[in-house]
Amino acid sequence: MHIGEQDWHLNPLGTHIWRGVFEPGQLLALARGVKDAGGQLLALWGSDDRHLAGGFSVHVVLLTSQGLAWASCALDAETPSYPDLAHIFPQADRMQRAAFDLLGIRAEGAVDERKWLRHNAWSAEVFPLRKDFVAPVAGRESSLAAVDGYPFIRVEGDGVHEIPVGPIHAGTIEPGHFRFSIIGDRILRLEQRLGYTHQGVEKRFEGMDLEAGAKLAGRVSGDTHIGFAWAYSMAVETATTSVIPPRAAWLRALFLEIERIANHLGDLGYLANDVALSFGFMQFWRLKEDWLRLCAELFGHRYLFDCIVPGGVGVDLSAEGGRQLVALARRIEAETRELKAIYDEHATLQDRFANTGICKPEMAARLGLTGLPGRASAQAWDARAQFPQTPYEQLQVNMATQRKGDVLARAEVRFAEVYESLRLLREIVERLPAGAIHTPLAPVERVCEGLGWVEGWRGEVLVAVRIGADGRLDRVHPHDPSWQNWPLLEVGVLGNIVPDFPLINKSFNLSYSGQDL
Amino acid sequence: MATHLILKKIFKTGFVSEPAPAPDLTMLTADQATHEQNQLHADILKVFGQAVTIRHVDAGSCNGCELEIHALGGPHYNIEGLGIKFAASPRHVDVLLVTGPVSRNLEVALQRTYDATPEPKWVVAMGDCAGGCGMAGAMFGENYASCGKISNVIPVDVEVPGCPPTPTALLRGILAAVSRPK
Repeated sequence: MHIGEQDWHLNPLGTHIWRGVFEPGQLLALARGVKDAGGQLLALWGSDDRHLAGGFSVHVVLLTSQGLAWASCALDAETPSYPDLAHIFPQADRMQRAAFDLLGIRAEGAVDERKWLRHNAWSAEVFPLRKDFVAPVAGRESSLAAVDGYPFIRVEGDGVHEIPVGPIHAGTIEPGHFRFSIIGDRILRLEQRLGYTHQGVEKRFEGMDLEAGAKLAGRVSGDTHIGFAWAYSMAVETATTSVIPPRAAWLRALFLEIERIANHLGDLGYLANDVALSFGFMQFWRLKEDWLRLCAELFGHRYLFDCIVPGGVGVDLSAEGGRQLVALARRIEAETRELKAIYDEHATLQDRFANTGICKPEMAARLGLTGLPGRASAQAWDARAQFPQTPYEQLQVNMATQRKGDVLARAEVRFAEVYESLRLLREIVERLPAGAIHTPLAPVERVCEGLGWVEGWRGEVLVAVRIGADGRLDRVHPHDPSWQNWPLLEVGVLGNIVPDFPLINKSFNLSYSGQDL
Repeated sequence: MATHLILKKIFKTGFVSEPAPAPDLTMLTADQATHEQNQLHADILKVFGQAVTIRHVDAGSCNGCELEIHALGGPHYNIEGLGIKFAASPRHVDVLLVTGPVSRNLEVALQRTYDATPEPKWVVAMGDCAGGCGMAGAMFGENYASCGKISNVIPVDVEVPGCPPTPTALLRGILAAVSRPK
């Protein structure tokens, strides 16, 4: 694989996905090469390989013009460390800190070595994702304080004061802590403290069978159920060299677009709600509810939970079901266009949306903003368009982009993606190939690995899987795009007034549980 | 201009709200479900006057249950018409609606929220993880990071099963909880 000036030894591992193992020193050169060529770092995690006659490993997934490069480095078993990548890709910072909290692998030379996912549920000396980790028998280790102490960076000076918010928020949203430093009403600094919903998901995967793993993957972030279940299944199918029937692949794409439409409709409603236009909320949530109810009728679940299984899909679409879906899609498109006209005309809404929470394209590129908010800040990446997995290479997805990077741009991208997904959905239903919807996985005979890559509604969803020789999951790392995008929210709110924070936050709509794991 | 379009859309849409479902007394954790169903509404009025106020607490969920709490706020369910309202502070509520297995990182926050809620109070545990039942409940049991079901941390009155429970199931659970006087 040619990156920048250099050739790198990477082998294909699925469509548009490459795999290579390097020395820690080479990792730095590879990362620089990717950065210089305009690429991004998408994910970083670690694994304990001592039971496989190794030490530890650090893994990174880099986005290049030729697809994804999954690069790994073997690390020493006694003092596992690798060179800091956050000075090249700032988005690596929290991922490196999480990798240390969970596995004890250290990023040598990192500026920020504060804990990230670890609060006070386990001590700094033990690492839950090590294979020899023994969980405390009766919950919390008694020697640890009940409340997490975290060294926030303080802003000092005349007139500066702090507003601490959370972890339990005033609305129905997920828990996290936001520390605002403000002067008057203007935000001078925002620092996030996440990790509250850390449920030990990665540890739970260990030893699971492949079918159960799909169910757990789908619950990494419930609103991205299809994104994660598909990425997980893709990884397992790559690892076991199984090929799913064409109809199953097309149905997966159908489910993914259904999920995108449902989430975008909900967000468009909430964005209006946050500027006191409850009319918009009621209208879009009426449409979303109609959509969810039809899903329950056709597929047995409002959010399509467990409809994707390794080897294919668990539920088929009848011809009559297809007609119902297309009919509702047409009505939703017509009504969404009607509502868009109202949003466009509504002076208060436009005034609140425009120039609020700006992430400029240069900043977005430097810090690695990705997915939907990325596309609203001129970061033109959409795996469905550029690196399509079956069936997207046959569908010609039109990517939606904006340049301004404000709340309005993120709303505009959502509108455009709703229209495009509704169009794709109609095309998928029309062209759905006949045949089986499931095939048994090929048996596992030795340790094998795979990576799944799906453009979920928030952005790229990655799931890396290693299956042991016994055919059970050995290491699974699910990656939500919220990892990269949370730090950009800290930047996007700067200079805005505190009352606009909920609006800006909603316009990103990031997952807590997806990054807390 | 926008006002004209909004009014037109509202008139064209009409009413979509549906009648409230009956409470589901099987969701009560203790076996005190002795009330006749037609007695329930009267009980609710006796206990609460005209309204029930709820505080949602995500104690570590995957955000699937939150999707359905949001959906409950939509026009089909008309919860405010039933006298049910979500509030921002636990000090202002009758019912805590808790989702998730309780992550150890939120154990203290959940306990404090419970303590801050005035008596009499009711706790509704929403979803399989929160109730420790079903496939998700089994998958998200206790481990180094999680305390498991809600009743491992605070007392629970009603467990609403489902992954996630539908808005209707949730509503039936909330009505069942408040039908039980304290």
